[in-house]
Amino acid sequence: MSDEYNQKNAPLEAQSSDTISGTSGTPSKDIDYVRPAELPEQDLYHGHSFITKWIFCQDAKIIGVQYFLTAVFTGIVGLVLSWLMRLQLGYPDLVPFITAEHYYQFVTMHGMIMVVYFLTALFLGGFGNYLIPLMVGARDMVFPYVNMVSFWMFFIAVCVLMASFFVPGGPTGAGWTLYPPQAILPGTPGSNMGIILMLVSLSLFVIGFTMGGLNYIITILQARTRGMTLMRMPLTIWGIFTATALAMLAFPALLVSCIMMTLDKMLETSFFMPTIVQAGEVLDYGGGSPVLFQHLFWFFGHPEVYIVALPAFGIVSDLISVHARKNIFGYRMMVWAIVGIGGLSFFVWAHHMYVSGMNPWFGFFFATTTLIIAVPTALKVYNWIITLFRANIRMNTVMLFCLGFIVTFVNGGITGIFLGNVAVDIPLSDTYFVIAHFHMVMGIAPLMVIMGAVYHWFPLVTGRMLSEKLGKWHFWFTFLGAYSIYFPMHYLGFIGVPRRYFEMYDSPYVASATGLNEFITLAALIVGFSQLIFIYNIVSSLSIGKPAGKNPWKANSLEWLTPEVPPAHGNWGEKLPVIHRWPYDFNVPGAKEDYITQTTPPSEVISAEVEKT
Amino acid sequence: MHPGIIFLGVVVGSVLFHIYTPWWWTDIASNWGAMDDTINLTFWIGGGVFILVCLFMVYCVFKFSYKEGRKVEYKPEDHKLEKILTIATTVGVIALLAPGLIVYNNYINTPKNALQVEVNAWQWGWQYRLPGEDGILGTAQVAKISDNNPFGINLDDPNGKDDILIEDDVLHLKTNRPVKILLRSLDVLHNYYVPQFRAKMDAIPGIITYYWFEPNKIGEYEVLCAEYCGVGHYAMRAKVIVESEYNYKSWINEQETFSDLIAKQENNKLKKILIVKNND
Repeated sequence: MSDEYNQKNAPLEAQSSDTISGTSGTPSKDIDYVRPAELPEQDLYHGHSFITKWIFCQDAKIIGVQYFLTAVFTGIVGLVLSWLMRLQLGYPDLVPFITAEHYYQFVTMHGMIMVVYFLTALFLGGFGNYLIPLMVGARDMVFPYVNMVSFWMFFIAVCVLMASFFVPGGPTGAGWTLYPPQAILPGTPGSNMGIILMLVSLSLFVIGFTMGGLNYIITILQARTRGMTLMRMPLTIWGIFTATALAMLAFPALLVSCIMMTLDKMLETSFFMPTIVQAGEVLDYGGGSPVLFQHLFWFFGHPEVYIVALPAFGIVSDLISVHARKNIFGYRMMVWAIVGIGGLSFFVWAHHMYVSGMNPWFGFFFATTTLIIAVPTALKVYNWIITLFRANIRMNTVMLFCLGFIVTFVNGGITGIFLGNVAVDIPLSDTYFVIAHFHMVMGIAPLMVIMGAVYHWFPLVTGRMLSEKLGKWHFWFTFLGAYSIYFPMHYLGFIGVPRRYFEMYDSPYVASATGLNEFITLAALIVGFSQLIFIYNIVSSLSIGKPAGKNPWKANSLEWLTPEVPPAHGNWGEKLPVIHRWPYDFNVPGAKEDYITQTTPPSEVISAEVEKT
Repeated sequence: MHPGIIFLGVVVGSVLFHIYTPWWWTDIASNWGAMDDTINLTFWIGGGVFILVCLFMVYCVFKFSYKEGRKVEYKPEDHKLEKILTIATTVGVIALLAPGLIVYNNYINTPKNALQVEVNAWQWGWQYRLPGEDGILGTAQVAKISDNNPFGINLDDPNGKDDILIEDDVLHLKTNRPVKILLRSLDVLHNYYVPQFRAKMDAIPGIITYYWFEPNKIGEYEVLCAEYCGVGHYAMRAKVIVESEYNYKSWINEQETFSDLIAKQENNKLKKILIVKNND
């Protein structure tokens, strides 16, 4: 084993020293000069059997697809759960078998699945794994074996989570925030095996995710190809990089709170449990603080919002730029906005806790920080729409999803300003306004990006195009349907309808909302079923889709420039690519084509008046 | 059809929905009209930004749809424009935040003349305790709760003896007098929320939380628990009756104090002993 490694490594070392002595002579005269590689290339693991190639696979691209498919599977479970909830809310007579216990279990599992096991895993595990090595010009992640283990930890976490549906008492019904003391007391459904499995599954997820996350960060920092400076990276990579850094700092807070709550449940410690009287009896707890859990949870939970949002910001910037045939406006500001939002996101967590009973003076601080974060976020929105100005916009499915993202994100961002401003939050918190807000901003908006990204990168992954016609139908059903679910839902919050109510009874001021609830349920069913168009499109295009060829969108970024499409193991064939510019040189004055790829050396486009490279 | 038309329809539809919506605030019945005002302000500024951004996007989509050989602007950065946008956004954000913080400052500073009402929450119900003539609530502990002492009042605290105990979920309040709600929970998190009063706060086992409001409309209001508290959460309702000073007085005079309760229990004990003795 070690002999083999040494033999393989020897020629690589020689090659890299050649490069250094070869090009470092007279840099000033050569306009195509790029600094030589500082490190020799890493040796790649090559799987030979079916199992090492496809199951316990160490190729980041296949791990990405594994993450993607597993996450989509859990997402479909989450979708079905949301249907059951909506049926109970809109047409309770149709579903007499749904009891309050069931309803709360559906609410909990839907929330946790969608936020953690679907969106986080999909963006970072799925898109991150597939795109990072390709976009920065690496052959693979720096630790392929750990990357493989990361996926399988995630897979086990999903299995544990799903197992909780089949244990006595069912899954936990504590709400996705799992607030103690109720989460581990008998008044909540699934307060025995259900909550334990949830906590174990989350802990496994965090452990697995840390392995993946370290890989993403180190690959981006250490394994970029020659010429790929940080300020030449596509915004997708900036988004994924910053989100992963946030995850590395935020997930530990979730892990410790999971461990502490498991101890409270199983060993009757009292981290989060004060003296409690239940059914006339004093329980064996005392001295703990339920608010401590909320601080820990939201110290994870708020950055988690940006762990989902930042990759979406990055990806959508790239999609808009490619399909509007124009450079992204204000690239540097976009990068700093991503980093700034990421940093600030650690100082806003208690805006989820304005009415939690924490020290009321915190309200001033957290309202201020929360509204400060609105500034870089708004700037990103401006830059997206300014990118469209005087562009040449292809109105294809990918662009439609980007536009859908802008509308839903702006809408959800502005309702975020309502909820971030503490005095406005007080009447609205714990009502349907909150549900509408976060579904719009971190449910629908990132989903728009995910779907747009699938239409964009499907040709790269499979070598075939998705059907544009089906894609457009899919977009309009999804966008208009989802918008008509969540836009009117804000108004339920104004009426004062509280969230997490199994049934409203006949409170006078909510009676008027019955029709609206029925409408929302119908829209939810339609949006859910219209995803069948998407699935059909994907499955059928695998065999009958138009062959994509190389770089079908005429994009600049590296992932489209591999010698083989779809990219093969090792990505780059013999030689790693060398980067000469940022990925947004579209329609440069003086250039022949409307795009200049990142690998094009200046000497080939000598007449192009490039401003930024 | 050009997709821009549908996006335009979404923007126009949203505005029309907002104007003609039959679903809006439940009529306010407390002093927190300022909260509604800050919300309306946020609506104007935020809604304006939403409309402008979306309309600009729709304009671009119409004007710059793909055409072979269209001349595209190449301008990676525009520092002046970026500066203007940053400043304008910051000003907008300050305009929203400042009034919000002023209202919040009022919300956390209770007026001196506020009546204290302790709300006791448990899975799944409510009860109330009011200070007696001394105006001070006696100290209490969850662990001391028993059938004879439903609020867990410390027996050696003299302030607790005259506390008025309401072992029922209907609370009476008088109009135009601020109320400080002190929240206690026996078991899990709860939240005492009346939509018409706008205010809310979680009840947490182990600590006492508070908020205040001033009811200003006579009537009956439904209380909803607004923090998930287990399977009975949706059924955890109660009632607040806001009434005139006169009616309030006659109601409060009928209520039992803690010392009444102790006396009654001692009477019962004596009676039991007598019965036992007579039977002998």
